[in-house]
Amino acid sequence: MGKTLAEKILSDKSGGSRKAGDIAISSVDLAFVQDTTGPLTIRAFKEAGFCELANHEKTVLFLDHAAPSPNWQLSNDHMFMRSFARETGCILSDVGEGVCHQVVAEKLARPGDVIVGADSHTVTAGGLGAFATGMGSSDVAVAFALGKTWFRVPETIFIELAGKFSKGVYAKDLILHLIGKIGADGATYKALEFGGSGVTKMAVTDRLTIANMAVEAGAKVGLFPSDEMTYEYLRSLGREKDYKPLSPDKDAVYGERLSIDLASLEPTVSQPHTVDNTALARELKGINVDQVVIGTCTNGRLEDLELAASILKGRRRHSRTRLIIGPASPKVLREGVKKGYIDTLLAAGAIILPPGCGPCLGLHQGALGDDEVCLSTANRNFKGRMGNPKGNIYLASTATAAASAITGKITDPREVL
Amino acid sequence: MLKGKAFKFGDNISTDHIVPGRLAHLRSNLPELAKHVLEDADPDFAGKVKPGDFVVGGSNFGLGSSREHAPLVIKMAGVSAVLAKSVARIFFRNAINRGLPVLICDTDKIKDGDELEVDMAGGKIKNLTRGKEITFKPIPEFMLNILNEGGLVPYITKYGDFKA
Repeated sequence: MGKTLAEKILSDKSGGSRKAGDIAISSVDLAFVQDTTGPLTIRAFKEAGFCELANHEKTVLFLDHAAPSPNWQLSNDHMFMRSFARETGCILSDVGEGVCHQVVAEKLARPGDVIVGADSHTVTAGGLGAFATGMGSSDVAVAFALGKTWFRVPETIFIELAGKFSKGVYAKDLILHLIGKIGADGATYKALEFGGSGVTKMAVTDRLTIANMAVEAGAKVGLFPSDEMTYEYLRSLGREKDYKPLSPDKDAVYGERLSIDLASLEPTVSQPHTVDNTALARELKGINVDQVVIGTCTNGRLEDLELAASILKGRRRHSRTRLIIGPASPKVLREGVKKGYIDTLLAAGAIILPPGCGPCLGLHQGALGDDEVCLSTANRNFKGRMGNPKGNIYLASTATAAASAITGKITDPREVL
Repeated sequence: MLKGKAFKFGDNISTDHIVPGRLAHLRSNLPELAKHVLEDADPDFAGKVKPGDFVVGGSNFGLGSSREHAPLVIKMAGVSAVLAKSVARIFFRNAINRGLPVLICDTDKIKDGDELEVDMAGGKIKNLTRGKEITFKPIPEFMLNILNEGGLVPYITKYGDFKA
């Protein structure tokens, strides 16, 4: 019987043939934490009596959520994590060195890897064909020490993509549409696997955006095959040695199948306060927007800066709409500067944040006032997410965000392209 | 036998309802963080809940972040179990890893303030207020072994590894 991508990777990493429903004790190729989950992970690691890491070169501590730190408590957490990095010799990605998921994609994730991170958006690396998933601090502490973890091998929902996006429609619209369709718990405990002719020519950066939000449908992973586009992405980063092809078996058994024609999609928006509460951008036309955020692990890549700059070139943000741009890594920021995107965005009235998670989770750098509306390219719009339970968050593509920054209202980007 | 009062919440109670990101600076000060448990779903919850009580959700309880602080502060509030129609994957795993039982059952049969009695071994919940009995889905064996040790850290401390 053929295997899905999830079954293939977990069979490989657990040393036996596994199928959906089995328990797999899997080796872990990369384990990481960030600054809001790291301190609890380190405490669990110590409480369990561990002193040494299974592999210090494959253990990473990221300081990205509160970067730079807005208060002394989080600064102390940073000090605690830096000290653990010194004790154990693991990799420290310090303040300003980027959002964990972007750095993992640029430097660390390999097709076929098993990756666990104490951050739910660890699923992002599924865009590169890695079985990457978020876990809590205790699980990651054990992965740090033993170099392994346990999984229930997930059933897979196969999402067959066909056709091409029409003008003004992007990977973000696809994943918002899909979550709206299957619901915020539509894939709980399951794997989402993407395939079909619509995937063959899809850039890895788009795949990362889609995989990033698999968890918003409850999924354990969002997996893409590893193919020529994966090779191209890794080659562009000087990492061709990390490439290996990976595809599901032709006779793989899927729990469910869904087909989406990319050409049928329109710019899509998630409304407060759940990601599956979707509507088309044109249906929400006219809702005033106080703050636009372009960035985060979902849409903070160079392609997003390029797209935002192309829409905002020669234009300006609306006078009552703040425009906050958060490049996801120093590499993205530097290339954005070199290519002139940052200058264009500054000329359009944007605020440029240091590489990091920015205002996404409500720590700093753009908390909402009472009843304010934010249109963000992030992945979550839960009540209280951006620092205020009285704030309202809409999620959309970079193009919809840039278009809405110009008009000060939710705007279908096709109106300004 | 677990016994206490039900605190009923709706569907899609996220980890931001339980411990929002704006309180991230309290995550290394758990007693202080615990004073805010479920604040964005019910600002008075922390003041009302008593040891032994139950948090009762609808579907997809605990969706969102991987922050293990979410089940941890619920447990610190004295809650003896979370009952829900369904639960998000990471929250489920984190709760078990911290020794907090999560019981999947038909929570439509429970109203806010109902007195409940849970028989963990028998897989049954008695709604003493309404005189009804509700069964819950058995916790998967692998997770039950972790729960029975009080969580993942005590489990690993005892066995040194995962028991296949």
